[in-house]
Amino acid sequence: MESSQLIGITTFTYLFSTILYAAIFIFKAKRLETTATIFTVIALLIQTAGIGLRWMESYQMGIGRAPLTNMYESVVFFAWTIIFIYLIIEWRFKTRVIGAFAVPFAFLAMAYASFSSEITKEISPLIPALQSNWLIAHVVTCFIGYAAFAIAAALGIMYLIKNTSETRQSTNDTTLLGSLPPLKVIDDITHKTMVFGFLWLSIGIITGAIWANSAWGTYWSWDPKETWSLITWFFYAITLHARYTRGWGGTRIAWLALIGFISVLFTYYGVNFLLSGLHSYGAN
Amino acid sequence: MKNNNSIWDFFASVKLALSTLFLLSITSIIGTIIPQKETAQQYIERYGEATANLFQILSFTPDMYSSVWFQSLLGLLCFNIIICSLDRFPGVWRQIKADNLNTPLNRLEKMTPQHQWQSHNPPESVASSLKSSLNTSGWKAEERTVDNGILLFAQKGAMTRTGVYIVHASILVIFIGAIIGSALGFKGSVMLPETRATDKIYTFDTQTPVALGFEVRCDRFNIEFYDNGMPKSYRSQLTVLENGKVVKEKAIVVNDPLVHKGITFYQSSYQPYQEFMLTITNKKTGVSETAIVSYQEQHSFKESGLRSGIINAEGRGENISRMKIWFTDDKGEPSLFWLDDGEQVTVERTTNNYTVSAKQMYATGLQVAKDPGVWTVYTGCFMMILGLIVAFFMSHQRIWLYIREEEDNTSSILMAGNANKNKAGFESTLQALAERINKV
Repeated sequence: MESSQLIGITTFTYLFSTILYAAIFIFKAKRLETTATIFTVIALLIQTAGIGLRWMESYQMGIGRAPLTNMYESVVFFAWTIIFIYLIIEWRFKTRVIGAFAVPFAFLAMAYASFSSEITKEISPLIPALQSNWLIAHVVTCFIGYAAFAIAAALGIMYLIKNTSETRQSTNDTTLLGSLPPLKVIDDITHKTMVFGFLWLSIGIITGAIWANSAWGTYWSWDPKETWSLITWFFYAITLHARYTRGWGGTRIAWLALIGFISVLFTYYGVNFLLSGLHSYGAN
Repeated sequence: MKNNNSIWDFFASVKLALSTLFLLSITSIIGTIIPQKETAQQYIERYGEATANLFQILSFTPDMYSSVWFQSLLGLLCFNIIICSLDRFPGVWRQIKADNLNTPLNRLEKMTPQHQWQSHNPPESVASSLKSSLNTSGWKAEERTVDNGILLFAQKGAMTRTGVYIVHASILVIFIGAIIGSALGFKGSVMLPETRATDKIYTFDTQTPVALGFEVRCDRFNIEFYDNGMPKSYRSQLTVLENGKVVKEKAIVVNDPLVHKGITFYQSSYQPYQEFMLTITNKKTGVSETAIVSYQEQHSFKESGLRSGIINAEGRGENISRMKIWFTDDKGEPSLFWLDDGEQVTVERTTNNYTVSAKQMYATGLQVAKDPGVWTVYTGCFMMILGLIVAFFMSHQRIWLYIREEEDNTSSILMAGNANKNKAGFESTLQALAERINKV
C-alpha cells in the first residue's frame, strides 16, 4: 500500500461523509447519525495513515522530512485538520448537522489535491531554507488556525441559510431547516471557533517570525505572505472586538466569518500564485 | 485617570481601534500588490512614469511599510491601545480588588444562577462546615458577619480579568522591541570570497559600511545537491578573528547562523568564480603549496617549480562538480586526470608521488544582523499568547453564600454566583457545587 493510494481513498471517503451528513440534514435521517460519525472517524484514520506513510516513504527515499512542505501536502493536511477540529466540535456541542457544512470543505480540499494538475504530488527533498525544526511547529499551528476559520465560515453559511428561512416563515420544526440548531447556538459556536482559530493563527504568525529570524536575521520583513497573515489577523481582531465591545452577533458575525475565510484563503493560496515573495516555494 | 473631555474619549474609543485596524488592513494590501524595494527605474518600466511618480509621492514605493503615514497609523494604534487601556484598567482593577463581602444582600437575591436550601443547624456551625467543604472543592472562602447571619465569599481567577490588558501590553512590547532593533541594530550583508576576511559589512538600505569590531573569514564554502539537482545545503566554514587571533570557528548553514558579540551571520547566497584553489603536496618532503588559479591557465608553483592547471570542467550551471587537471614536475610526460570538486588524489610520477586536490572558488553571501530588540519582541509574543489564553479561556468566577439565621436556631442558605465568561459552564459548576455542599 502506498501513501498516495490511502490519500486518494480519503477523497472519496470524505465525499461519502459529506453525503451522509447531508442526508442527516436534508432527510432528517437520525438513524444515520452514528454511522456518519464512525465513517468520518475511519476516514480520518485512513488519512492519518496516509500522511504517516508518506512521512515514512520520504525516509525510505533518503529524504526524511515531515509531509508538510509543498502545496499538495499542505492541502491534504488542511483537510485533515478540518475533519479533526470538526469531530471535536461535534463531540463538544453534540450536534451533527454542522457536518453537512464543514465536511464538504475537507472533501473539496482533498479533491483539489488529488485532481488538480497545478500541483505536484511528488515527495521532493527540502531546500536549505526549509530545513528547520520550526517547520512543523509553524505549519501545524497555522493550519489549525486556517481549519478553524474554515469551520467558522461553514457555520456562518449555516447561520445565514437558517436566518433567511426564519425571517420568511415562522420557526417550524417540520421544515427542511428545522433540523439546524437554533440561531443562538450557531452564533455561539461560530464565535468560539473563531476565537480558537485566532489563538492558533497568532501562534502560527509568531512561530513563523521566530523561524524567519533564525534563517534570515529578521523576524518581520513585510513579505506578501507575512503581510496577508497580518491582514487576516487584523480582520479577526476587528471581528472579535466588535463582538466583545459592541455586542455584534448574528448575521453580521456570520458574514464576517465568511469574509474572514476569504482572507484566509488568499493568505494560504492566493499569495502563492498571485504575488511573489519568500514563501514562493509553497506554490508547487 | 479618567478625564471628562472629548479628546480623551476619542482616543480611548473602541471605534477608533476598529477604524485604525481596518485602515491598516486595507492599506497593507497595497504593499503586497505593488512590489516593494525595487529601483525607481524598475517602477517606471513597470507602471509608466506618471503612475510611478504618483506611487512615489504617496510613498507606496519603494518601501510603503516604513513610510511616514503607515508608521503613523501603527503609532496611532499604539496610542489608542495605551489610552484605551488607561481608561478601562482602573475599573477592572477595582473589580479585581473589590471587597465582595460588602455586596448588598438584595443584589445576591436577584443574582442568577442561585440555589437555596435549609439547615437544622445554627448559622455559625453551618458556616464553618460550608467553609471547609468549599475548601475541599477548591474554593477558599472568606467570612463576615452580616445582618441576621453570615456571608461567605469565594472566587477563582480574579486576575484573569487582566488577560485582555496583557494582550494590549504585548503589542506595545513588540513595538518597543522593534524600535530598539531599528535604533540600536543594523541589517546588512557582505560577499566574502573564500580565504578572505572582512572587518566591515554594508547595510541593506543605504549600503553604508558598518565596522564589526572584529574580523570574520570564510575558509571554505560548499554546496551539496540532491540526486534530482535541487540544492541540499549551502555551508560556509567561518572563522572569527580578534587582533589576528582565532576566537571562534563555525560551519554555518541556512537556519544555523554564527553569533559573535551580538552580531549574527546568516548563510544567504553565494557566488561561484571561474577560479580554483589548487593544492599540491610532495609526499616525500611533505611540502605543500596552494595557489588560486584561473580556468585554463597554467600555474607555476614558486618554491617547487611544479606546474599545473585546470584544462576542462563539468558541472551544473556555474557550479563545477568535476575538473580535468594537467600536472607536471618536468620529469616525464605531464599527468592528465579528472578530479571531483574538493577531492584529493595521489599522482604517481617517475621519481616522486604527489597528492593533488582542487576545488572551485566561491564567495559566500552572508546576511549580517544586529538586533538587540529581538528578545523584547519575543517577550511580547509570549505575553500575547499567554494573554489570549487568559482572555479567551479563563473566567473570573465568584460565589456568595448567605446563611441567614431562622427561628429555633436553624438556618436558610442562599447560594449565588456569577462569571464574566462562559456563563453556561459556570451554571453547571455552581449546580454541581451546590449539590455537593448542601448536605451540610
